[in-house]
Amino acid sequence: MSGAGDGGAAKQPASFAFTPDNLGKARAFIARYPAGRQKSAVMPLLDLAQRQEGWVSVAAMDAVAAMLDMAPILVYEVASFYSMYNLKPVGKHHLQVCTNLPCRLRGSDELMATCRKELGIGPGETTVDGQFSLIEVECLAACVNAPVLMLGDDYYEDLAPDSLRKIIAGLRKGESPKPGSQIGRQGSAPVGGPKTLTGAAG
Amino acid sequence: MLTDKDRIFTNLYGLHDWRLAGARARGDWDGTKELLAKGRDAIIEEVKNSGLRGRGGAGFPTGLKWSFMPKQPGPRPHYLVVNADEGEPGTCKDRDMLRWDPHKLVEGCLIAGFAIGANSGYIYIRGELVREAEHLQTAIDEARAAGLIGKNACGSGWDFELYVHRGAGAYICGEESALLQSLEGQKGQPRLKPPFPAGVGLYGCPTTVNNVESIAVAPTILRRGAAWFAGIGRPKNTGTKVFCISGHVERPCNVEDEMGIPLRELVEKHAGGVRGGWDNLLAVIPGGSSVPVLPKSICDTVLMDFDSLREVRSGLGTAAVIVMDKSTDIVASIARLSRFYMHESCGQCTPCREGTGWLWRMMRRMVDGHAELAEIDMLEDVTREIEGHTICAHGDAAAWPIQGLIRHFRPELERRIREAAARAA
Repeated sequence: MSGAGDGGAAKQPASFAFTPDNLGKARAFIARYPAGRQKSAVMPLLDLAQRQEGWVSVAAMDAVAAMLDMAPILVYEVASFYSMYNLKPVGKHHLQVCTNLPCRLRGSDELMATCRKELGIGPGETTVDGQFSLIEVECLAACVNAPVLMLGDDYYEDLAPDSLRKIIAGLRKGESPKPGSQIGRQGSAPVGGPKTLTGAAG
Repeated sequence: MLTDKDRIFTNLYGLHDWRLAGARARGDWDGTKELLAKGRDAIIEEVKNSGLRGRGGAGFPTGLKWSFMPKQPGPRPHYLVVNADEGEPGTCKDRDMLRWDPHKLVEGCLIAGFAIGANSGYIYIRGELVREAEHLQTAIDEARAAGLIGKNACGSGWDFELYVHRGAGAYICGEESALLQSLEGQKGQPRLKPPFPAGVGLYGCPTTVNNVESIAVAPTILRRGAAWFAGIGRPKNTGTKVFCISGHVERPCNVEDEMGIPLRELVEKHAGGVRGGWDNLLAVIPGGSSVPVLPKSICDTVLMDFDSLREVRSGLGTAAVIVMDKSTDIVASIARLSRFYMHESCGQCTPCREGTGWLWRMMRRMVDGHAELAEIDMLEDVTREIEGHTICAHGDAAAWPIQGLIRHFRPELERRIREAAARAA
């Protein structure tokens, strides 16, 4: 339940406003819930704020509270409860390495070591140039493709130190490394191709 | 042995078009109007007769759960809520259904919604599954545009709206009442039960919460008949099941096979066997991180279903099979799970909030052996103080892996303590 903003206070901006585009999206989210139940939209709105700013500032939480007619403290409670809200800025590339058991059994410790070595930072830290930050996360629900890294909205699966180094090198060059299995697997099918569902029509 | 003709998730690996046209070609949305025309009671009866037990871990009969909803809707609307907050370590089955068979879920939601008298449903999907949520939203939009859901869904006369709600990284929201709290815009802290969701659920209204897989298999069960589903597997443990096989196997994978398949056959036939051969097996966690670990001697013969695994004091859980070979530090592995349960405790109940921290700190001592022999019993005692003393099952889930470790690997714990003591002397 610990939020990403546990350590150290971030410099807070004075104000926050959704862009016109995001304001439209926010209203569409609110419309998904029954009248009078607009509080339900607090999670999608916090996510939207984070997508706009890169993190969730106090000003953003206050703006969300005002939009949803909630006491600000109730929004702070939500934002600090869920681990995906960054309560302080993170790097441009926010590496989230799963180290839970299924990933650990297939080498996530080596991935963490590779991150430390390549980036010179530990979990919870950001590189001086603001390009990379690193955290350990709990199970990402891609266990048969372990070990797994989440980056932006994508998963990088079936990783090894070498493929992770390539991804980091690609990010440094401004490329967008291809997500999914890094060893060419089809989804969760076994290496070498499916042994079931082999009919042509599926 | 299950063959492809009896597999429900025919696009489990994403080899085919996941969108509406592809889904229709695979048989989804075929005759849905006629299925609905059978009526609420007949649908619930059919699902009951199929023997389907909830696929989210607890194994509660799905048809029975549906039947708990009020027969006549009162002033409060009914809601269907789908639990797609997949996060039990080892488990990654719902992810495949969401990204590559989303129409099975959308169609299942309409059918389940109709059966429980709900005109709207929410699918609560874990926040990290961004791409999967995109596919799901596309499927919902396609279904609405095609008149399959929305007003007069499929021409059935029933109105049904379906919405996606993304979570934000809290394992506890997989617990159904925490999920409802979260969906209402609050911290995900579980509610006391009773009242159960069928009486007082989302927004205080009658609500049914089901796992993705439970809902997604329902249309196929209705099309092929309860007898077909009930004829697969074993009595009271019927049907097909998507298993996730991770860890020290040659070829980790997801696969749909029949309930009750022997664990060894599952691992050897589908996942290429244990790395280094079956005799290199140390232990298996057969149903996701919450269920007690089993040593090789039990894995040799145990069947993969609810009742067989309960008989050996473990559980089917989410059917997430985590395989550990003889190179595994079993104590460190279970300790990693203890850290997870500590991290994910919502903090509401003292035995869990404080106890999970105790367990993690004691397990760290066990990993190094820097403990007294009497601490093994003390550790077991702490798990018993937590188990059954909290609002939800998170405390139990933190306790069970350690109880399994002590039950089957006590000599290993003792060895470490003795050796550490000898080194210190």
